Amino acid sequence: MTDNQRPDLAPVRTSEVVAALDLPTRAGALLEAGFRLALVAGHDDGHAVRVVYVLCAGPPDRRVELEVLLDPDHPAVPSLAAWSFPASRFERELHDLFGVEPVGHPFLRPLVRHQQWPADWYPLRRGAGPVPAMSEDAESFPFVPVDGPGVYEIPVGPVHAGLIEPGHFRFSVVGESILKMKARLWFVHRGIERLFEGHPVDHGVVLSERISGDTAAAHALAYCLAVEEALGVEVPQSAHVLRAIVVELERITNHVTDLGALCNDAGFGIAQARALTLRERLLRLAGEVTGHRLLRGAIRPGGAELRRLPTDAELAEIAAGVGDLVELATSNTVVMDRFVGTAVLSRGDAEAIGVLGVVARASGIATDARVAHPFCDLETGLTPVVEEAGDVAARFTVRAREVTASLRLVAELTGHVRALTAGVDDLPQRGGSGLGIVEGWRGTIVHRVEVDDRGQLTRAKIVDPSFLTWPALSVALADTIVPDFPLANKSFNLSYAGNDL
Amino acid sequence: MTLVLTSLAAASPGFAVRVGTSVLQVAVVAVAGPLLLGLMAKVRARAEGRVGPPVGQVLADLRKLVRKEAVRAEHTSVVASLAPLVLVASAMVATALTPLVTTHPVLAGGADVFVVVYLLLMGSVALALDGLDAGTAFGGMGSSRAMTIGAISEPALLVAILALAVQARTSNLPAIVTATLAHPGWVASPQRLLALVALVVVVIAETGRIPVDNPSTHLELTMVHEAMVLEHGGPDLALVTAGEAMRLALLLGLVANLFLPWGIDSSGSGGALLVGLVVLGAKLAVLAGLVALVEVSTAKLRLFRVPELLAGGFVLAVVAVTTGLVTR
Repeated sequence: MTDNQRPDLAPVRTSEVVAALDLPTRAGALLEAGFRLALVAGHDDGHAVRVVYVLCAGPPDRRVELEVLLDPDHPAVPSLAAWSFPASRFERELHDLFGVEPVGHPFLRPLVRHQQWPADWYPLRRGAGPVPAMSEDAESFPFVPVDGPGVYEIPVGPVHAGLIEPGHFRFSVVGESILKMKARLWFVHRGIERLFEGHPVDHGVVLSERISGDTAAAHALAYCLAVEEALGVEVPQSAHVLRAIVVELERITNHVTDLGALCNDAGFGIAQARALTLRERLLRLAGEVTGHRLLRGAIRPGGAELRRLPTDAELAEIAAGVGDLVELATSNTVVMDRFVGTAVLSRGDAEAIGVLGVVARASGIATDARVAHPFCDLETGLTPVVEEAGDVAARFTVRAREVTASLRLVAELTGHVRALTAGVDDLPQRGGSGLGIVEGWRGTIVHRVEVDDRGQLTRAKIVDPSFLTWPALSVALADTIVPDFPLANKSFNLSYAGNDL
Repeated sequence: MTLVLTSLAAASPGFAVRVGTSVLQVAVVAVAGPLLLGLMAKVRARAEGRVGPPVGQVLADLRKLVRKEAVRAEHTSVVASLAPLVLVASAMVATALTPLVTTHPVLAGGADVFVVVYLLLMGSVALALDGLDAGTAFGGMGSSRAMTIGAISEPALLVAILALAVQARTSNLPAIVTATLAHPGWVASPQRLLALVALVVVVIAETGRIPVDNPSTHLELTMVHEAMVLEHGGPDLALVTAGEAMRLALLLGLVANLFLPWGIDSSGSGGALLVGLVVLGAKLAVLAGLVALVEVSTAKLRLFRVPELLAGGFVLAVVAVTTGLVTR
């Protein structure tokens, strides 16, 4: 491994301006060629509304940006919904926040926008101003009603009994079988993308750590990679190794928590108690390694800094604990009866919806940004953990196997560390745009930033894997019974904050 | 209660004593129930490596709830105010009749297995109606599930005790206990062992414990019993919790005394009553501890598997009765 050089890893990002009418042809060709639509970002440049479509594929790592310039008075763009389901979601988001009309969209209902928002207020447009007065109407959110003998509705949330994030779920049910489930999110929409604007790039990392509290490190890293690309900074491999350790620690901690939480939702409290003990041990380790239990502050634009490395003995102890936990759960027939065959997401559905991360890998899709878009050359030897069944048990197993793989990876990475601080000291002051792609513990995180000549952020677009994976939950619930919903939901464990932004 | 007392004032000479012991039984069960819930939480916590809340926590919670203002959900009817009372009253009457501390409770002649089981059923129905009353989705869902489970568990409870009645040739509970005391060999008879297994399954279902229901969950959609009482708070919730706790103590005490009655007072003297009291407490604590350990070692069944478990219990109960009839 040589510092400052990674020619085989240097991501290839090409950018081209296309006319709005040519967009479907160009994007369609890329989608046909195996690219996925990873991000769609709107920009209000004053004289034009600019929409950037990021398509990516890998390995080998390829990233293509298509830019479309639109009339700011009547922004309209041909819809890509017929080519890609994720596109239809991005277009609804773009419509709500920028007022860009996706022409030919089959289902242009509000997504981000709640019914209290003033109809002509597009918060990410220039001159949107402060948040206006919200209307009183907090009732009328239309759901497609399901009719038939014995069909009834169960509304749940947005406030739940446990300490979880807010989301409203409406079930149409016959007896105990779920016919249809509609999720209503964006109750924690904080306008976080707007909060980035106007800040120097080194301030943004603090904000990115708070996009989704349980994914502080991976979001921070995706942000830093994007900023570094925008500024043209070459970060040494030694810093990337430190960053990879932090992101893997985050993956281990959250996966262990999920393993316990899944057992708890099946009423198997003893496994939860064991998992919480392990989690606490991991949080304390994180506190000693980075100075923060949730791994904040270790990754910064240009470099990374740790306080100490996890020792092989600590990693082995955690590996043993995880092994016991998984054995305890999988050897219990009642637990496995709850897991196996529950909330199946077929591979076909998963591919059509464009799900990412653990959920995709549990449905047989070998997607992993550590393989497709590696930032650290030690990650290239990884193989994605894949299960085929697509049920709760598969999602449990993927997590369990990934913890083991990540523990091994951390042990390998620590062997390559020479110093606990690495990176470049001064960031150049120049403008540009950059893309950061990171495999967080939930799935692939994509950040795209634009920086002006003074080194201030003019736009940050964030895509948490939850945004693309949420629609799959409703699909997986077909043929599931109501009391198994919490288990199905927990096995997806998607972020509300990361989705709502 | 007054009606019952006056109508049977002309009973046996020891009537005053019998009333006293029955009142004692109700008082003991009323206190023991919440303590058992606390004990079970403690045993579970210890088995899982946690410290857990103190054993008296449920009693303390009841005390807190009683002092609160009564708040009822909108659109509730008289059902919501009566149901908790019916639940507690039915549990009290059933407790007064059942041989727990003594084989001579008041109205022992009326302490028939059918009477006791149907008193418990009355409480279950009151609770199910209560769940429906506020008109919320969760309440209705809980009531529907509770009735589905109850439709199988109540007959199983009846049939399982009937297996003992066949052996003792009486369906009077105190008489069954007295007969068992006289024939210790019955304890190991096949129909008794079968009925014991059936009863344990039923008691777990009736008291809403894992693997049938999870009393400690916060997940509304998985709830059975908790979903029915979601709309209650303050004194109403205290009544419901106290009623449920009494039913737990009553059912555990009934199982203990039907199968291992030794220690129960059969003379009515003060010393024997004291022994009966202590022995009952010990039996309840051991049984509750065992139930808690079962809860730790297993998970909650998929809802559609619960009827399979209960049907298994019912079949065992039927086999127990058949065995009893054949070997008679």
